[in-house]
Order: sequence, then C-alpha cells, then structure tokens
Amino acid sequence: MNPVNYLYLAALLFTIGAAGVLIRRNAIVVFMCVELMLNACNLAFVAFSRMHGNLDGQIIAFFTMVVAAAEVVVGLAIIVSLFRTRHSASVDDASLMKL
Amino acid sequence: MSFPLLTVTAVLPAAGAILTAAVPAARRTAAKWLALAFSLATLVLAALVVVRFEPGGDRYQLTESHAWIPDFGVRYELGVDGIAVALIALTALLIPFIILAGWHDADPLETKSSRWRPTQGFFALILMVEAMVILSFEATDVFLFYIFFEAMLIPMYFLIGGFGDRAHAGTDGAAATQRSYAAVKFLLYNLAGGLIMLAAVVGLYVVAGSFSLAEIAEARASGELEMAANTERLLFLGFFFAFAVKAPLWPLHTWLPNAMGEATAPVAVLITAVVDKVGTFAMLRFCLQLFPEASKWATPVIIVLALVSIVYGALLAVGQRDIKRLIAYASISHFGFIVLGIFAMTSQGQSGATLYMVNHGISTAALMLVAGFLITRRGSRLIADYGGVQKVAPVLAGTFLVGSLATLSLPGLAPFVSEFLVLVGAFAAYPVAGVIATLGIVLAALYTLVLYQRTMTGPVKAEVRTMPDLKARELVVVAPLIALLLLLGVFPKPLTDIVNPAVQHTMNDVRKTDPTPEIEAEAAK
Amino acid sequence: MENLIALLVAAPLLGAAVLLCGGRRLDRVGHWIGTALAAASFVVGVVLFGAMLGYDAEARTMRQHLYSWIPVEGFQGDIAFQLDQLSMTFVLLITGVGTLIHIYSIGYMEHDERRRRFFGYLNLFLAAMLLLVVADNYLLLYFGWEGVGLASYLLIGFWQHKPSAATAAKKAFIVNRVGDMGLSIAIMLMFTTFGTFAFGPVLEATGETSEGKMTAIGLMLLLAACGKSAQVPLQSWLGDAMEGPTPVSALIHAATMVTAGVYLITRSGAIFNAAPDAQTAVVAVGAVTLLFGAIVGCAKDDIKKALAGSTMSQIGYMILAAGLGPIGYAFAIMHLVTHGFFKAGLFLGAGSVMHGMNDEVDMRKYGGLRKYMPVTFVTFGLGYLAIIGFPGLSGFFSKDKIIEAAFASGGAQGWILGTVTLLGAGITAYYMTRVMILTFFGEKRWQPAPDPDKTASVEPGIEVHPGEMPHPHESPRSMTIPMIVLAFGSVFAGGFFSIGDRFVNWLEPVTQFDHPHPPISVPVITGMTVAVLLAGVAIAYLQYGRKPVPVVAPRGSFVTRAARRDLLQDDFNHVVLVRGGEHLTRSLVYVDHTLVDGVVNGTAATVGGLSGRLRKLQNGYARTYAVSMFGGTAILIAATLLMRAV
Repeated sequence: MNPVNYLYLAALLFTIGAAGVLIRRNAIVVFMCVELMLNACNLAFVAFSRMHGNLDGQIIAFFTMVVAAAEVVVGLAIIVSLFRTRHSASVDDASLMKL
Repeated sequence: MSFPLLTVTAVLPAAGAILTAAVPAARRTAAKWLALAFSLATLVLAALVVVRFEPGGDRYQLTESHAWIPDFGVRYELGVDGIAVALIALTALLIPFIILAGWHDADPLETKSSRWRPTQGFFALILMVEAMVILSFEATDVFLFYIFFEAMLIPMYFLIGGFGDRAHAGTDGAAATQRSYAAVKFLLYNLAGGLIMLAAVVGLYVVAGSFSLAEIAEARASGELEMAANTERLLFLGFFFAFAVKAPLWPLHTWLPNAMGEATAPVAVLITAVVDKVGTFAMLRFCLQLFPEASKWATPVIIVLALVSIVYGALLAVGQRDIKRLIAYASISHFGFIVLGIFAMTSQGQSGATLYMVNHGISTAALMLVAGFLITRRGSRLIADYGGVQKVAPVLAGTFLVGSLATLSLPGLAPFVSEFLVLVGAFAAYPVAGVIATLGIVLAALYTLVLYQRTMTGPVKAEVRTMPDLKARELVVVAPLIALLLLLGVFPKPLTDIVNPAVQHTMNDVRKTDPTPEIEAEAAK
Repeated sequence: MENLIALLVAAPLLGAAVLLCGGRRLDRVGHWIGTALAAASFVVGVVLFGAMLGYDAEARTMRQHLYSWIPVEGFQGDIAFQLDQLSMTFVLLITGVGTLIHIYSIGYMEHDERRRRFFGYLNLFLAAMLLLVVADNYLLLYFGWEGVGLASYLLIGFWQHKPSAATAAKKAFIVNRVGDMGLSIAIMLMFTTFGTFAFGPVLEATGETSEGKMTAIGLMLLLAACGKSAQVPLQSWLGDAMEGPTPVSALIHAATMVTAGVYLITRSGAIFNAAPDAQTAVVAVGAVTLLFGAIVGCAKDDIKKALAGSTMSQIGYMILAAGLGPIGYAFAIMHLVTHGFFKAGLFLGAGSVMHGMNDEVDMRKYGGLRKYMPVTFVTFGLGYLAIIGFPGLSGFFSKDKIIEAAFASGGAQGWILGTVTLLGAGITAYYMTRVMILTFFGEKRWQPAPDPDKTASVEPGIEVHPGEMPHPHESPRSMTIPMIVLAFGSVFAGGFFSIGDRFVNWLEPVTQFDHPHPPISVPVITGMTVAVLLAGVAIAYLQYGRKPVPVVAPRGSFVTRAARRDLLQDDFNHVVLVRGGEHLTRSLVYVDHTLVDGVVNGTAATVGGLSGRLRKLQNGYARTYAVSMFGGTAILIAATLLMRAV
C-alpha cells in the first residue's frame, strides 16, 4: 500500500481535530480534538519513518505519546478544577485572559 | 595602576544608595544621615577631582580604560576635561543641599502603615541619580555614556512619580493622577530621545568602527575617517534630538513644567540643575566633537530654536500662576541661552555656556529651594495665595529676592558673568541673535520681579500671617548657595581657568576661530 | 595714593554687608555704622582730591588694577578703577551729599522699625554709585549701573507692604532694564569693533572705524542714559519712584543716580564727537524731556512728584548740554553738581514739611507754613531761588551757561535749542514759584490726617493718628543741619565754580572744552533769561498768590489733566505694553498648552487609541487565539511554499 495514503489520512485527522478545537465549546471535546491532532502527527511521523527507511519518526512518535500523556494529566486536572469552580465545562466561560 | 578616582567618585553615591535603601523601615532618620554622609563624601572626592585636574594639561585627565564588551569594542573608558570637572563639582555640590532641603519631604504620612518605607527610597534614588549623572559626565566611550544617560531616567521616574509635591491644589487622587502623568511624560519624552540616539550610536559604530570618543575624534581630525555629509548630518541629528529633549529646547520642552511642577522642590532642582545639564554638556562634548561639520550645518536652525526658547520661555514664565511652573519656564529660557552660547561657536559663547550651566544650577537651586520652603509652609503653589510674606518672614523673603536677582542675572551674582559672555559671544558671531537674546534680560526682570512682588510684598494675607521664618536647617541650605553666587559673581576666575582650555579644544574640533575685532581686521588689510 | 580708590567703594560696601547680614542686634547702632562708613568714604574722597590737586592738570588720572574679573579667551573684563577729574567730581558729590542724607535719615527714619535695613540699602547704593563712576571700563560701569538700579529698586519699594510702592519699585527696575539692554548692546558693539571695552583704548580709537558704528554705539548709550536718567521715552518710572522715602528721592532720584546718564554721555564724549547723528538724537531727547518734565511739574499737586518733574526737566538740560559736544560737557557736569545741591536740598525740605504735616504730600493741603518751619522755609527758599536761576545763585551760573551753549550750537538748531532752554527756564520759574507759594504762603488749608489703612500715600515711618489735625513743627537738628549745608551749596557753588572758569578748567583735560560763541551777545542772553524767569514768577504769583487756592484741585483743561497724568504717557504704556503684554503671554500660555503640548498629547492619544482598537482582539476566548495561531501557521507555510516556488 502506498505510504502516502497514510499521510492523507493524517492530514484529514489533523483537520478534523483543528476544526474541533476551533468550533467546539465543551472543554472535554476540545481536549479530545487536541489529542486527535497529536495522533494525526504521530501517524504522519510513522508514515515518514516508513517512507525514509529510518527510525527517527517512530522515536519522535514515542516522545509525542509521552507528551500527550503528560498533557492529559495536566489538561484534565485543569478541566476538572474549572468545572468545580464554575460548574461548566464551556471554554467560553473562561475568558479571563483578555486585557 | 593609579587609584581609579573617577570610578570611585561615581560608585560611592551608588553604594550609598544601596546602603540607604537597606536601612530598616523604622530607622528613618538614620537613613537620611547616611545619605547625607555619602553625598558629602562624594563632594570631598569631587573636590579631589578638581584639585587633581591640571587646567593646562592633557585634554582628558584622570583617565581609566578597561575592556568591557570586546566583541563590540565597547570599553569602560572614563576621563574628564575642564567642562566635565566643573559639572561634576556642581553635581556633587548640589546633592547635599538637595538632600538637606528635602529632609522631611518623604516622611511617611500618618495614614500609611509603619512598614511603608518611602524615606529610604527617596534618598537612595537621589544618590542613584547622582551616580548616573557623574558617570555620564565622566564617560568617554559613546556607548558607555548612552547607558548612563538612559539609566538615570529610572530613578528620576520614581522620584517624580512616587514623591509628589504635597502642596497640591487638587485632591489626593487628582494629585496622584497629575504626578503620574508628569512622570510618564518625562519618561516617554526622554526615552524617545534616547532611542533615536541609540540608533545614531549604532550608526556611528557602523561608520567609525569604534565607540571611543578619543579614537573617533582623532581619526576624524587626521582625515582617516571620512564621513559622507549626509551620514554625518543624520548621526548628528540623532544625537542632538536626545540632548535637545533633555536640555530642553523649544519645542521639546513641555515635559519640564509638568515634571518640575509635580515633583517636590528638591527633586525639581535635581531635574533642572543637575540632570538637564547632561543634555547641554553632551551637545558640547559629543555633537561638536564627533560631528563638527554637521554642527556647523545645523547652527542656523539651532540658533533660531535657542532664541525662541529664550523669548518664549520668558514670556510663558510671565504668564504662569504657579510658582514652580514659573521657575520651570524661566529655566527653559535659560537653557536657550546655554544652547545659544554653545552654537555661537566663539570662545566667549562656549565659555559662557559652560559657566552658565554651573551658575544656573546654583541660582535655580537657591530660588527653587527657597520657593519650596515657602510652598511647604503655606501648602499652595499658586502665586495668588501669597502676599506680604516679607513682613512676616524677612529672611525667607531676602533669600528669595537674592535667588530672583540671580535669575535675572544681576551683575555681582554669578549668572551675570555667564549670561553676558553668552550674549557677547553670540553677538560677535550673529549680531541679530545677540540683540534678540538681550530681550531676555528685560523679560527676566519682568517675571522674577512680578513673582517677588506678588508673593512677598503688599499687605500681609491672613493665611501667611503665622508663617515662620527660615529654620536653621533651611538656612544651612540657602546661605552657602548665596555665598557661592556672590563669590562666583565677583571672582569667577577659578572656574574660568578650568573651563577655558577645554573650550579651546572644542573650538579646535569645530575648526572655528573667534571673529577679529573690526579695527584689527582693518589694520590687517 | 592710588590704592585708596578701592577703599572708596569698599567702605560703604562693608556697611551694606554688615547692616544687611547683621540681624536685629544691630538695630540700635545700624544707622551710626551706615553714616560713619559713608562719611569715611567721603574722607577718602577728600584725601584723594587733595592728592589729585597736587599733580599737573594733564596727569591727574589715577589708576588702580585690582584683579581680572572675567578672563576668557579674547575677552578681558577687569576690576580696575580710574579716577580722573570727572570721576573725582562725582565722587565728591556722591559721598558728600550721600553723607548729608545719611545724617538726615537718622532723624527722618527714626520711627521706622526697619531703619537698619534702610541704611544698609543706602550704603549699598553709595557703593554701587561709586563703582559706577570710578570704573575704568564699560563692563564694570555696567556692574555699578545695575547695582544702583538694584539699590533704587530696594529703596523705592522700602515700604513694600504698600502695593503702590512695590509696583513703583518693580516698574523702575524694569524700565531701567530696557535702558540696560542698550548699555549691554553698546558694550557688545564695542567688543566686536575694538576688541575691548576699557575706556582708554575705546575712546582713543573712535576715529578708526566707520561713523555708522559710532552712531550705533552712541544711540545705544543714549538708550541706557534715557533709562537711568528718566528721559523721554523711558521717563515714566521717576514719578512713581517718589513712593520711596524722601531721603531716597533726594539722594537717588534727584542728586546722584538719575544723573548717571549724563555721566555716561560725558564719559563717552569721544564716541559722540565722532557720531554727529547720535549727538543730534541726544540733544533732541534732552530738549523734549526738558519741556516734558517742566510741563508735568506744573500740573502735579503732590510736592514730591512736582519736584520729580522738575528733576526730569533739569536732567534734560544736562543731557542737552552733553549732546552739544565739547562746548557743553563741562556745563552739563557743572549744572549736575549745582543741581545735586539745590534739588537734594529741595527734597529734604519737602521731607521736612511732610514730617511736620502728618506725611501729607498734597500741596493744596499745605499753606502758610513759613511761620511754623522757619529753617525749612529759608533753606527751601534758597534752593528755590537757585533752581529758577535767580542771578547770583548756583542755578543762575550753571543754567545760563547751558542756554548760551545751546544758542551757540549753530544754525537753526542753535535757535531752536536756545528758545527751548529759555522757555524751560520760564516754566521752571513758574512751577517752582507755585510750589513755594502753595507750601509756605497763603492761608492754611490743613486737613485732618487720613486713615493710613485707606490711603496709599501715607508714609508709614511716622505714627499717624487718623482724624488728627497736623501740628507743623520744625524738624530735629539731624534733619535741619544737612538742609542748611545744602542750602549753602545752592547759594555759593555756582559762583565759586564760575569765577575764573574754575570748573571748566578743572574738567578740561577729560572732557575737552570749546568756547561757545553764541550768535547773540552773552549779556543779552542773560538779560533774556532773567526776563523770562521773572515772567514765570509773576504768572505763578498771579495765579496762586493773589487768590485763595482750592483744596480740591479743579478739573482743569484737557492739557492740565493730561499733564497730571504724565502727559498720558503712562496710559499709553498701560494700554500698549501692559495690556498688550498680558494678552500676548496669555495667548502664548494657551498656545503652549494646546498646540505645543497638544502635539505631544495628541501623539500619545493616537497611539493609545490605536492600541485600544487592537486590544479588542484579545477577547480572552481560547478559540480566538487558536484561530490566530492556525491562521499564522497557515500563512507562514504558504509563504514558505511560495518562496520556494519562486
């Protein structure tokens, strides 16, 4: 099978993830979309690794997974504490960053 | 290696600043005495600089030179010529008086908590400004100068914004608003000037490949370093803009009345008598020395601006209702004279301008500090709130009158010598400019005497009836300044001896000679 | 002997320093210290005079170089003195009259709590005035010139709790500053022309440069003289200066300081001799002021202001004479000296009258005082006869010579000037007779003392009980003795100077002298002068001596009203300069605030406004930030690809 197809798939997944981040308001969904984008990247890395015949891409994919795991821990913690204080998981309710 | 006198002179007040700031909150008085002791020690060192300086010797003396940032050729280079010596002496001399005059200006208000420690900060900041100003007089490396030139804005900003005049017409809130407006205006104005200068500093490095004043000047003099006329002019303008803001020259002057009006009187003196002098000093040292041709090219415009400053500042002083703003506009007029003297490019003009910087420092300090004592007593800066003070506080009125007379350049007081030299120097080169500038002496009489008349004479106002006369501490501040005004007025020779050789060097830099008197010119034909 | 010159200046200067810095503990002896040091200066002057008489006429100039004042490349301002016959004359006049007036002031200022300070200022004045006349260069002269201005400012405003006094003092200083501007420009012109401003080199080299330059210098010196000597157009301050204590008016604003302009012109004779146009201007100023002062003097009811008008007019005579060149210099100075005697005497007499009359200055409220104040009456009367030029008294000799010289100046100018000076003599006789009659003759028109809180004109030196009728009495001895001495001078000085042309011969080495040759013979001129003055006296007698004088001045014709207001010159100043200046400064304050500062604040506001718009992008929604991130990335990638493609 042509490895380029995996790249198309990765791009598709990334786009879905990005659109989700931009459009959805539920923090959990946004969070899952971020994960989706990360996994799309992983897929691309692995595909590149295959195409170029070295292991660099696969190694980086492992790194990404580690980062993603850490992110899940921190991100979910934030979402939980946000939900506790505001009783809402909507990202629009947390707009304190504006000047 | 010889003793690094110049470094120590500048580092001492900086060290004093740090120590003063570290004094515990409750030991307020100790902090004041510590600051005073350090300022006096600096004065002793400055006196040593004056003594060690040989007027007839090398152009830059007591030099120190160390590599600092070798990659960019930035060196830690210090050295003083006669002009710098005179101004360092002035700075070191005025700071103890400023500290003494501001003795109670930063005492915490009753309402603040005991952990609030403005007093330490106030005196530490003053010493910090002193250190920066002295270093910028000493630096002979352009980049080094730039750093101190800009760094002094930081303590000044806090002094203006943090310690306002308590005699404010408005409420506390309005006072704080105006104060922070004045401080921000001061900072932005000077920062804008400084940034343009930074561009010019970088440009100079690109063209000349060095930051060392001596090296560049030498290369220029020997013809090794050619600058295209346009390049030189642009660089000159970059430097001049910064100095004209600092000086301040019309129309870049509007920050000064705000800053001097909102700051306490001692800080106002610090601004106009000490910090602003760096601007005019730098015109002499950097503009004329590094860019002689461009300086001559710009002279007509600068002379006109100086004349506008003289007349405009004086006229606005006449129209002021606030004592401190009046003195601020008078200072603008006087800075016009200094710039006129520098750019007249005659020996008399430049010697006069240098003397003017020193004399104006002393005379403004005398006038402004007495005005400050007056304002503290009555709690108002408006001229209309006074009247008949002479009757209740004759010593205060007398010293105020002497300060006023010095401001209007009465012969016998120091400013006359310098003002007349500037006028003669300007007249010799540009007769019309000389005549217009002479108008300034009439206007000066007008604004000072109107101020004196409205505040000191006439029937005694009810509010000033119980006003006490000058106290011992205040007399200690004023009396030496007045003595100095008299001394330098009748015997300015010690000062001119130091200044004259430096002026001759500057005249050589710009390759100008004094115009010969007409009958000698006739005879030569 | 030369080294004594510095002492001349130093003695009163020391007095000023001690008295002004000494504080209250000197209050009880201050006036004695001041008087002693003034007298010491006079003694030094006399000693120097004696020494000077011992030298040959041509070699009488003494010099003393103290130190270099302002040494700057190409510019030498020295503290150096030069005492020649001209300076010597002034030194004796200043210290002599000065000492007398110090003595007078001991009595006059007795009740003033600030008497010590008054004497300090008087000493300061003496020091500055002496410096002015013994300086050997124009810069040092300028020092003294402004110094006397300062002393005058302090003394006019001595009772500074009176707003009118404070205003008058300020006005005097500022108007004088306009004149000073002329002097400083003249010095600058000398510096650029001759490279120096010492008397010797400048006055010797006047022929070596163009006449235009000399005219310019001369006109600038004239401006300076106008300011200091209260000549038209800078005369307006002198009348107001009468707000000062009367001894001050006598010393500064009659005998010495106001004559400094005459000194300046005479001293700079060589410059004016080389600039005929400038001389014409000097003569014109003198002639105009002569009439101006005389007319103003006729209309004033305030005794001091009438005398001030007279001073202006008499100085006009001197300036006119000085403008005539070598035929006039010596006569100008001679009139200056005799005028110093009789005018100081008249002012002291006026002070004595005021002293006895609850400080009333309005002559319409005097009358019949000759019986109550015999000494004052006699001395004042002698001064009066001297000033109108009664034959045999001082004024006759000195004024007559000026009239002769005026006729002798040649051509139409001679006739015009001669007529003007003659006319002036007549008007002088008229207004002085008026003063005399109103004060000492006629019926009593005394009024109860005014409330000092309500009237501005009351001199606060003396306790005044509102509503009390005055009890005129002779003044104490300390006041009458100086008046008597000055009266002696008024009577005999002129004759003494004129016998054998003593005074002219004495001054000739300094000022040169050409004998005037008037187109009509001298006895005729003298006869005309006497006739004119008798006419003046007669008219005044008919107007004021024959019929009762109203206490409240009648409204008078337009001319009278104008003359009372200094011929509307003050009104002109007020409308044009004061009002105009106020409008100018006010509009400039507005411009500074709105335009110059407006540009700055406008820039700040623009930046602030723009950033306010941009700030709206920061709405705090994470999504928006994410969009900009994606958008930015997309643009970057697109740009990279595009660049690669190109």
